[in-house]
Amino acid sequence: MLLLIPLLPLVGFLVNSSLGRRVGKTAAGAVACGAMLASFAVSLLAVVRLVGLDPESRAIVSRVYTWIGSGDFTADFTLRLDPLSAVMILVVTGIGALIHVYSTAYMHEETDAEYARYFSYLNLFAAFMLVLVLGANFLVMFVGWEGVGLCSYLLIGFWFQKKSAADAGKKAFIVNRIGDFGFVLGVLLAFVRFGAIDFQQIARAVAPMSPETGFGTISAITLLLFVGATGKSAQIPLYVWLPDAMEGPTPVSALIHAATMVTAGVYMIGRNAVLFAHAPATLTIVAIVGAATALMAGTIGLVQNDIKRVLAYSTVSQLGYMFLAMGVGAYAAGIFHLYTHAFFKALLFLGSGAVIHALGGEQDLRRMGGLKRDLPITFWTFLIGSIAIAGVPGFAGFFSKDEILFRTFASGHTVLWTVGILTALLTAVYMFRLVFLAFYGERAPAPVAPAHPEEEEPAAHRASGAAHAPDATHPTHPAHLHDAPPAMALALVVLAIGSVVAGYASLGGRFERFLEPSFAPERVQEVADRGLETTLMIVSIVVALGGIAIAAYFFLRNRPAADRMAERFAGPRRLLEHKYYVDEIYDAAIVQPIWIVSENALWKFVDARVIDGAVNGVGETVSSASDILRRVQTGSVRAYAASLFLGVVLILGYYLWPR
Amino acid sequence: MVPLNYYLVLSAILFVIGAAGVFVRRNLITILLSVEIMLNAVNLTFVAFGRALGSGDGQIIVFFVMTVAAAEAAVGLAIVIAMFRHRESLNPDTWTALRW
Repeated sequence: MLLLIPLLPLVGFLVNSSLGRRVGKTAAGAVACGAMLASFAVSLLAVVRLVGLDPESRAIVSRVYTWIGSGDFTADFTLRLDPLSAVMILVVTGIGALIHVYSTAYMHEETDAEYARYFSYLNLFAAFMLVLVLGANFLVMFVGWEGVGLCSYLLIGFWFQKKSAADAGKKAFIVNRIGDFGFVLGVLLAFVRFGAIDFQQIARAVAPMSPETGFGTISAITLLLFVGATGKSAQIPLYVWLPDAMEGPTPVSALIHAATMVTAGVYMIGRNAVLFAHAPATLTIVAIVGAATALMAGTIGLVQNDIKRVLAYSTVSQLGYMFLAMGVGAYAAGIFHLYTHAFFKALLFLGSGAVIHALGGEQDLRRMGGLKRDLPITFWTFLIGSIAIAGVPGFAGFFSKDEILFRTFASGHTVLWTVGILTALLTAVYMFRLVFLAFYGERAPAPVAPAHPEEEEPAAHRASGAAHAPDATHPTHPAHLHDAPPAMALALVVLAIGSVVAGYASLGGRFERFLEPSFAPERVQEVADRGLETTLMIVSIVVALGGIAIAAYFFLRNRPAADRMAERFAGPRRLLEHKYYVDEIYDAAIVQPIWIVSENALWKFVDARVIDGAVNGVGETVSSASDILRRVQTGSVRAYAASLFLGVVLILGYYLWPR
Repeated sequence: MVPLNYYLVLSAILFVIGAAGVFVRRNLITILLSVEIMLNAVNLTFVAFGRALGSGDGQIIVFFVMTVAAAEAAVGLAIVIAMFRHRESLNPDTWTALRW
């Protein structure tokens, strides 16, 4: 049964990649959505069966076959469903299916072949993600891990005719590769240390040990694994690929860069919670990196003008929260935030997709405004998503974010808690800045130079070009804006409902107890101080509402005040708009040196001189030596005879000479 | 009774004379003659050893060598004639085409 879950999307991929272009859009979309919905149904059945089991031994294991057997080492292709992976497969298949449905409308302007290609990639991505979360050992997980990396490359670079999209795809792939290198090293080191790659075996081997005090082998293993996680989950220092990944179609951003793939790193740490718990040094690093990423990405999101980029930095920031939770040992809280975040971030991305779709490819916030009237469904669902992410009580984001902040504070990391609460403020501000700029006020009449002209989506352009010819020529004059078509509206509404109710799963610590066996046996740090929790909760509520109020003041009531602020803090603003110049710094510190070394040293010296020189040198040596040696061949028979004679005399003389 | 060494020394002298003739003379026919001298120097060695050891084997081999030498002289002279027709010269140094 477990095998069916990743197998169904894989079948969808095979069908769409081989037949998709012939059967037409309706059939291709139906196959892809059907595969995901069926996979979701099977996942639901599996989870229902899992919940029916005894809480202490909740796990369904399905050994498909022995993949590698070599001496003492065996690696089985084993799928394992436990509470942690149950949460993950529901998120992946459920939200994945909604995004598939949404995509049928969003990508409808593509040609049949492109449409089928898009859905085959989407299915393949889901299949790999499911392998990742169901794998029972590092090797199976690694298959999914690399697979989602590949699919993100394919999907980000989906419009590969555009150079910027192709470049963004390559950037994502290469940055991920750096992380994957650390991940592989971590797995190998774990195998050397424990002689096993199965998560359960490793956990059992580690459990009796006492946590490392200094920086030992386990710290090294976990740190290497964390390097892998920073690549996949877009943390400092490897987060740079995610904002660029907005080059892909918007539903792809929702699927990969909000709901599923980027959570792989968080999931991986949760999966190896026992291992990480024995390496306090690594955990501290994880928490600090998470908090730093959350704050940094939050500040950048504050000034970005591209609607998708704001959301991209918001994703990076929220992932930072998840790592903060992991780092302070609140694994359940981290996974819970992953789960709620999947709802509202997918909702926000899909909502921004609906906006872009309606405006014919416009992504610049400065050229939006007043969309509330024309796009009611989009507006209300987007608003719900924004409220949820800002952490207003009663919505999903509040429960999970509050839990993380509380756990951080309770574990004594006051500084990290301060960073977290500051980020919560930033989150509320940048999200509502987005809402107020896009949906309130009036549409800016004067065209502004687009912040990222290369990022405008060809699909949406074509959509407007075909359906509303006047819009395409005058995008700032809304002849008529159409709200999300039914397939898109359906996905938005379902996700909006999810963004409201998803949080209630945790009431009374149910979510945590459900996940507990996955992080067990130790590390159930019971925190009893409810009074503290209430105080902190009030603080975060005040912060969330305060953030919204700040955004409302600057971007709704008093727009000139925002401009004055921008002028007064021109320096920091420029710093933020250029994303702390991180891309430039990486370019100068890493890319350019590699470029220079490759070109001047490796190409022009090592390749052209050393390697080519060796090859040509051998030829020239033989040739010039022959030039000298051929003079021996005089052609004179007498000379040959003389040398023959001399040779015979010398050889005989050597053997016969009396010694 | 002449000692064996005398024969061997004479044989060696003959052989060296023949070899020197092959190396230094510039006439193909003289070279062929020098080869004959070398062959006969070897023959002398065989006969001398056969006598010294009281065995007939040396003489038997000499017959073989003489047969081969006769055949060689016939073939060699035929080749020399063919070459002379080709180039009107008996100098072996004119025949150096097989070289670089």
